[in-house]
This record gives sequence, C-alpha cells and structure tokens, in this order.
Amino acid sequence: MSSAPMTLTAPNGTSVPVAGSSARGGTRAGLIRWSRPLLGLLVPVVLALGWEFAVYAGLSNGRLLPPPSVILQTLADLAATGELWRHSLTTVVRVLVGFGIGVIVGTVLGAIAGYSALTRRLLDPTLQALRAIPSIAWVPLFILWLGIFEASKVTLIAVGVFFPVYLGVMGAIMSVDRKIVEVGRAFRLSGLALVRRILLPAVLPSYIVALRSGLGLGWMFVVAAEFLGASEGLGYLLIDGQQLGKPAQIVAAIITFAILGKIADGLIVLAAAPFLRWEDRFGARADAN
Amino acid sequence: MLSLDRVCKTYPNGVHALDAVSIDVAPGEIVAIVGGSGCGKSTLLRAVGGLDIASNGTVSLDGVTIRAPHEKIGIVFQEPRLLPWLSVADNVGFGLDHLPKAEREARVREALARVGLGDKAQVWPRELSGGQAQRVAIARALVPQPQVLLLDEPFSALDAFTRADLQDHLLDLWADRKPTLILVTHDVDEAVVLADRVMVMRPRPGRIFAEIACDLPRPRDRQSAAFDVVKRQVLAALDRSLNRQAETQQQTSAEAGAAMWW
Repeated sequence: MSSAPMTLTAPNGTSVPVAGSSARGGTRAGLIRWSRPLLGLLVPVVLALGWEFAVYAGLSNGRLLPPPSVILQTLADLAATGELWRHSLTTVVRVLVGFGIGVIVGTVLGAIAGYSALTRRLLDPTLQALRAIPSIAWVPLFILWLGIFEASKVTLIAVGVFFPVYLGVMGAIMSVDRKIVEVGRAFRLSGLALVRRILLPAVLPSYIVALRSGLGLGWMFVVAAEFLGASEGLGYLLIDGQQLGKPAQIVAAIITFAILGKIADGLIVLAAAPFLRWEDRFGARADAN
Repeated sequence: MLSLDRVCKTYPNGVHALDAVSIDVAPGEIVAIVGGSGCGKSTLLRAVGGLDIASNGTVSLDGVTIRAPHEKIGIVFQEPRLLPWLSVADNVGFGLDHLPKAEREARVREALARVGLGDKAQVWPRELSGGQAQRVAIARALVPQPQVLLLDEPFSALDAFTRADLQDHLLDLWADRKPTLILVTHDVDEAVVLADRVMVMRPRPGRIFAEIACDLPRPRDRQSAAFDVVKRQVLAALDRSLNRQAETQQQTSAEAGAAMWW
C-alpha cells in the first residue's frame, strides 16, 4: 500500500520540472522539444498499465491498491460533486498564507542576519536551536495557543517554510563575492542601494532554490496540520479515506497533492526564469540541447 | 592635483603595509607603481580609491580629503568584475544611475563604441573573452568621466598580445580627456610603455624607493634603444629595492626574461 503511491508520484515530481524548463529554453525542432516531457511519463504510465492489467487478469484483487481506472473514477466523482475543488482550495489557501508569512519573515530575518554580523551573532544561535526542533513538535503548543482552526495550521506551515528560506537567504548573502560587493562600493553604493543593486541580484538564484525548498516543506506541513483535526482539505481526505477504508480516495488525494505541488513549484520556476537568464551555469547547457 | 601625504597603513593584524608614502600627481599625468609582491602597491591604490582608509596621513584630490570612494575617482581591478546579471551596456552604465535614461544610453553607446565593443551591448558578460571583459571594465570606469583612474594590475591576467593591444588602447582612451592615471603593475614593460613617471616601491613596510622619469615621446616603440634604457633603469631600481645589489647592474640588468618582472 505504501509503495504504490511512491511509484505514482515520484516520477511525476522529479521529471516534469526538468522537462518544463527545457521546453522553454531550447530553440531546436519543436518535435524533439515537445517529446522530451513525454519521456518522463514513460515509467509511471508503464507501471500504471501493468497494475491495471494485473488486476484485470485477476492476479491481484486490487482492493488495497486500486487499479488506475478506479482511482481515476474516484477523482472524477470527487470532482463532479465539487468536493475535490473544495478540499483542494482549502489546502492551497492554507499553504499560500503559511508560505507567504514564512517567506516574508524568513527573507527579512535572513537578509538582516546575512548583512549584519552583529544581528547574526545575536539571532542565529537561537534560530538554529529552534530549527533543531522537529516542527511537528510544535503542534500541541500551537493548538493550545491558537486553537484548532486555521491559525494553528497556518502557523505550523509558516514555521516549516521559514527555516529553509531564512537559511538560504542568509547563506546566499554571506557568500556573495566580496569583489562584486567592492564594485558596488567603488560606485559609492551603500545600505539599501547596495542591497538592491548588488546583493539582491547576486543572491536571486539561491533565493529561488530556497523558496522552492520552502514551498516543498509547506506542502509537507499542510498534511501534518490537516491530519490533526481538520474537517476540510486534502489531508482530511487522506484521513477520511483511511478511516472509512477507501484506498482509492487516499491515492486520489495523493495524486492531487502531486499535481498541485508540481504546479506551484513550476510557477516559481516560471516566474524566476526571466530574471535568471544571465546565469552561466552547468545545467543551462543540458536545458538548451 | 592628487596628493598623497605621508600615507601609512597598518592592518588590524599588525601588518605594516605602507609607511609614509608621499606622492603628488599632476592632472593628466600617468604614474606607474611597480614593486615586489607584498610591497603595498595595491594597498596604496585602494587608499587612493577610498576602498581602504589610511591609518595615518591623507589622500586628497584638489584639496578634498578622500575617505571613501569618490565620484571623481574611477577604478579598474585586476579582474573585470562585471556584474553577471547585467548586460554589457548596463554594466557600463552602472555608475550613471543619476542621469536621465536617454543621456545614459547615449554615453554608454559612445563608450562601448570607443572600446570597440559597440556590437556587444546586449550580450551577457559571460559571453565575452577576457580581453573584451576588461575593456568593458575600463569603459565602465571611464564613462562617469573621472578625474583620476586607478588601475590595479589591469592586464596581468591577459595573454601578451591582448595585453599590448589593451595598453595601446588605454593610452588612446586616456588621450580623450586626459584623466590622471595611476597604474599598479608588475610588468616593467607595461610601466615604461604607459607612464610618465615610474615609482618603484620596496616592501616591509611599503614605501617609495625610487622615482624614474620616463619622458619618451608617444607612441613609444617597445624596441627602441631609449625605451630599453628606461626599462633598465627601472629594473635596476627594482633589484636594488630588494637588496639584490650591484651584480645585476654590471651584467646587463635587463636580460630578455626580465621583461616580465614578478
């Protein structure tokens, strides 16, 4: 039961970002470009068809792991009743709000800690200690403080998003090439102007990476939050499927998570791409041909 | 007039990098500073550029003390240090942020054409060769029309042909507005090709050891006898600055190999 979702989601999750960026970056024959994303679909499709056939041929009864046709039917039913949209929307809003808060706080604190050594000495040890706490451990406290409704869930997500963003921004600013910063100084930039014209563009590539890992954690924590007392959301669908013995619903929710996570990640990549064309990086070559 | 008055620099770790260096540089003059490694020549240049502050003594330009980077002083580093996220044109225009867009673009276009890279305006820095990138760096430093241009071993990372080419090119650019040039180099040929005056520094602590006038007519012929005479003077002074006395003076101070003096 646990291995099947992996095979369904993992290839999806890993292959599509590469394919997405190559489709835009290349200038070669359109056919080759558009066929490349399909390559990533090969493994999951073959596995799904194999499982479908195994159930069809009676090699397995498919009760604990429903065949793809049943899962698709479940998805279609959930969509038809409007439940799928309701649960998805709830989850997406939670992730968005939590992600937004986590990103803002993480960026500001990370930027200050990266820029000023004094702030770093002051703040960083505490934050690193807090980071060592598994974020789920906060849940009981958040529920006590903030109640079982949205506030505690969003806070948990924000905490999860905060740390990778904070670390990413701080690390990126600290590792900006001193020589480049000196160019800014030679042109009499300081303070905000130096941040805007030198530091921000220099850290942008690592910042995007930090945002993407933050968003990944956001999806992770929304599930945790919805496991712990929710009446709506994709995490609730998972728990509901477990308690009522509906594996197809569980897999359907998992697939929805994969699709939403993929779309959200793709949107970040897409939004960042125009600002990162200058990069002289190893991966760009692989994308281009 | 750029004046250095008993400039000293001691780093926090106790290294005594400069000891009472005084130089006056006339407007439009080209001064080359040569010396062994660790003699403080880069420190001196950074003090003039306002990137480091002298521990003692003052650097002043037309009577104004330099304590921070100054708009009348441009600097070209050993590496091009172009900002990779800006196009070549935006790199050149980096110091012109205060100007209206049209004027900025016009000046950038002119400067790029002047360094022979008019067709590269919209290219990313990563697409330039080393020599092209350094030319862009020179254009970036010159486009705000500084009174003083500091060059910290600007051509040392380039191959010999490109280097000679860029030296001529630099003189050509200099002739436009005749800013004061201060050039730190370890290439004696380069110093003699470019400079009106060559200052030889000696290390530990860094100070001026000798000053050699170099008033050959321009353009200078690197093969001429007069060029060779000045070059030998500089090489001899360099040798003496490192206490490697007399011997070299007699047995022809400058063998061919010494042209690239490290």
